[in-house]
Amino acid sequence: MTVELAIILAVAVPFAGAVLIPLARATPNLRETVTLVCAALLFYLVSVIYPTVAAGGVPEVYLFEMLPGLSVFFLVEPLGMIFAGVASFLWIATSVYSIGYMRGHNEENQTRFYACFAIALGAAMGIAFAGNMLTLFIFYEVLTLSTFPLVAHAGTEDAKRAGRVYLGVLLGTSLGFQLLAIIWTWTLAGTLDFTDGGILAGKADGLTAGILLALYTFGIGKAALMPFHRWLPSAMVAPTPVSALLHAVAVVKAGVFTVVKVVVYIFGIDFLFDIGVSEWLQYMAAATILIASLVAMTQDNLKARLAYSTISQLSYIILGAMLVTDLGVIGSGMHIAMHAFGKITLFFCAGAFMIAAHKTEISQMRGIGRAMPFTTLAFFIGSLSVIGLPPMGGLWSKWYLALGTLEAGKLWLLGVLMVSSLLNVAYLLPIPFRGFFSSPEENPPLKSSHDHDREHDHTHDHDRPNGIKEAPVACLIAIGVTSAGCLVLFFYPDPVYELMRMIVAP
Amino acid sequence: MAAHYPALQVVLALLAAPVCLILRRPNAAWAVATVITWISLALALSLLGRVWETGVILYPMGDWAAPWGIEYQIDTVNAFMLVIVTLIGSVVMPFARASVEAEIEEERIYLFYCMYLLNLAGLLGIAITGDVFNLFVFLEISSLSSYVMISLGRDKRALTAAYRYLVMGTIGATFYLIGVGMMYMMTGTLNMADLATILPAVADSRTVMVALGFLTVGLGLKLALFPLHLWLPNAYAYAPSAVTVFLAATGTKVAVYAFIRIFFTVFGGVEIFTAGVIPEILAVLAALAMIGASAVAIYQTDVKRLLAYSSIAQIGYMVLGISMVTVTGLAGTIVHLFNHAIMKGGLFMAMGCILFKIGSVQLDQFEGLGKRMPVTMAAFVAGGFSLIGVPLTVGFVSKWYLVQAALEKGWWLAVAVILVSSLMAVIYIWRVVEVAYFRPPPKGSAEVSEAPLSMLVPLWILIGASYYFGIDATRTLDIAFAAAESLFGGPL
Repeated sequence: MTVELAIILAVAVPFAGAVLIPLARATPNLRETVTLVCAALLFYLVSVIYPTVAAGGVPEVYLFEMLPGLSVFFLVEPLGMIFAGVASFLWIATSVYSIGYMRGHNEENQTRFYACFAIALGAAMGIAFAGNMLTLFIFYEVLTLSTFPLVAHAGTEDAKRAGRVYLGVLLGTSLGFQLLAIIWTWTLAGTLDFTDGGILAGKADGLTAGILLALYTFGIGKAALMPFHRWLPSAMVAPTPVSALLHAVAVVKAGVFTVVKVVVYIFGIDFLFDIGVSEWLQYMAAATILIASLVAMTQDNLKARLAYSTISQLSYIILGAMLVTDLGVIGSGMHIAMHAFGKITLFFCAGAFMIAAHKTEISQMRGIGRAMPFTTLAFFIGSLSVIGLPPMGGLWSKWYLALGTLEAGKLWLLGVLMVSSLLNVAYLLPIPFRGFFSSPEENPPLKSSHDHDREHDHTHDHDRPNGIKEAPVACLIAIGVTSAGCLVLFFYPDPVYELMRMIVAP
Repeated sequence: MAAHYPALQVVLALLAAPVCLILRRPNAAWAVATVITWISLALALSLLGRVWETGVILYPMGDWAAPWGIEYQIDTVNAFMLVIVTLIGSVVMPFARASVEAEIEEERIYLFYCMYLLNLAGLLGIAITGDVFNLFVFLEISSLSSYVMISLGRDKRALTAAYRYLVMGTIGATFYLIGVGMMYMMTGTLNMADLATILPAVADSRTVMVALGFLTVGLGLKLALFPLHLWLPNAYAYAPSAVTVFLAATGTKVAVYAFIRIFFTVFGGVEIFTAGVIPEILAVLAALAMIGASAVAIYQTDVKRLLAYSSIAQIGYMVLGISMVTVTGLAGTIVHLFNHAIMKGGLFMAMGCILFKIGSVQLDQFEGLGKRMPVTMAAFVAGGFSLIGVPLTVGFVSKWYLVQAALEKGWWLAVAVILVSSLMAVIYIWRVVEVAYFRPPPKGSAEVSEAPLSMLVPLWILIGASYYFGIDATRTLDIAFAAAESLFGGPL
């Protein structure tokens, strides 16, 4: 198979899956098989592309001309390779997990769920392989619209309101700011192709470039830079697999991926460094890192805490890009991969707690490690990776981000990273520690007495305080794979690192 | 034969109208109207092809030489308009059969087809003629027939809506006629090309200035430029669905074309428009329409009215493009004429399907429609995306060029207005989507029941077209840019 064909198929396979899944709706086993086959096939296709890109090739596939002089085409460069690799690999894990979760939770409309999921992955591939900003923007919007039904999946008032926030922020920022930035770039540069060294150097003066950069950075709402972060906690009403793959990996990473792409290939690192307009965005990112971490500490709902943690971690990536130094950009790219593995593990665990022990609030999770030792251990591993402690992959990306701040000569930003790491420790580690070392009896009485379901489950747990009750096996397999991934990335971060190095030193 | 296509383009529909009157039988009238419309489409396409290859076609009516006789002048702009009008007509006709049967009393159905053909002839005449007085005549033909078509609606309010339109439309036509009269006074000619060469010499006179004022207001009424739009919402909301589809997709578009023709061709050599205050006034009015009408649309409970207000906002886009007086802006307007025609036509067709099955387009009747009429509602959502301007739709293409034109001109406020207006579209479309997909169907009506295929297929043709021309916009944009450049090329 040629690389070009693999690129087209990699985008097409998930969309084809989205067509096939509804056809197989009568037999759930067949339907899930379609999802799994698509996921496996997609990962295979991405792995076909990898050797070419790793060897320094930049395969390109021309699709069609959309506006005069402006075409839709794919071009795979190292950063896109990382994003595509991470997203496609984790889709396999998430598909396995979903089967256990969705059935264990008796969710409705599972066909729509799997179909929209496949579309979202296809859109993520399109974003990863986009050859110019127009192509990227098309798939960006497809991703927004295809994930809306997943967020509003439950159809309740809450879900509806969350869906409105989700769509409002993401469409508002993209149609309001990002599209404007794209058209403006087009009028200035006469091209939108992702080019080494950027396309705006010499075409835009400092002020224009500064405004443009702000329009891009805030216009990419999926990157959840404050104050446009509200959609992410809202999106947590979605079923856990959605929160895990889409709102910890595909959607949010598509956002920060786009930010890095814009910085590297639209502006160019050297150009941005020379005009120095990215400095105030460093402040914005630093503020988001700290504020989101602080907010995370106040959240008792586990998924909400993880969501704020994600907001904070995304701004690491934005910060790394805005440093416009080689090491900062390397750190950004690596963090896309490292955080993905760590955070998806945490979300998988959160979902497992919910279906096996019916617990969503952290204050109720004391002693949960006795009933769910495996999940709690995985949560611990994921936490270590997100914090950036050895022996987890998360160490490396933080390492390079820290080096990036030093390279930029911004010691105080290093301080921000360190403080944030401490905050990470404070809001993540108590959960597994209390899970293992406290006993369920210490849990405070539930405040929301009107929630009969939860109360019922609470008393139910007291009947068997010491029995082991883990999530369905499918969920455990997925959790095992992703937490092992965190470990593996500590020992073998080389593929990711090498790809990023190619970007800054071609 | 081919040499006489310009005449046939108008005359065919004009002559077929009385035939419908004589036939009286609904099906026969429908057949005549459909065949005539399809032939007209073929004529329009062949004319566009000829203009594209060989340039402007001049056709003296009855061999009376211009400027004494009436001359038809066809360049890229109006050839494109002819295609838009006949294309929409050709898709509406198959749709109309079932829709009209359900919405108009049987003994009046032949009247609908008769009036439709007259309307078609009028619109084509406006588009094709090179004579300002002849344009007035066709304007009246199309207006009078549309008053009748609107009043055919079952709803009693259709009568008042038609009456209101009649009053305001007549004022508009009269203003236009006064403007034409004043120009004739100063130049002694009614031929557009002639006017264009003579007007610069007398442009400084107050008479010409006043004439321009009358023409602007007169045509502004016809194209429903804010604040002259008051006739439009009720007329669209209470007219029979097929009428709404046809009028919304073609009527105001042709008026916009006439506007462009007067300003850029007839007054093309005059500084009044390009250097005066008129562009700024137009830009402000356009911006008010885009924001104001979108805001009103958000609060509508009748979805057809909602779409009508959205149309007023979309007309604002077109006028904004005109007011920039640049090639890009004008090309944006011209391509939006086409793009908006197909997407709004599709959306109003969806309304027609819902009226056909549910009997009402009140928002609270939309509960559970996502499940009850999945094909129709999917079309509505797809068309709604286009109205919002999501990439791969025609709405995106129009927005792209209007924003680009505003950026080139440095009109930051206009850029903001365009983007805000498109975000308001998200709100009014999403209100409908939420009701249709998140509320359960009312009890006793849960079964799936769709409109007949004869309505669904035209609906999806238009919705499909609004994606087809959104994915590959090179063809429409080539035409639009060629048209815009020819308008700036001065007199014909």
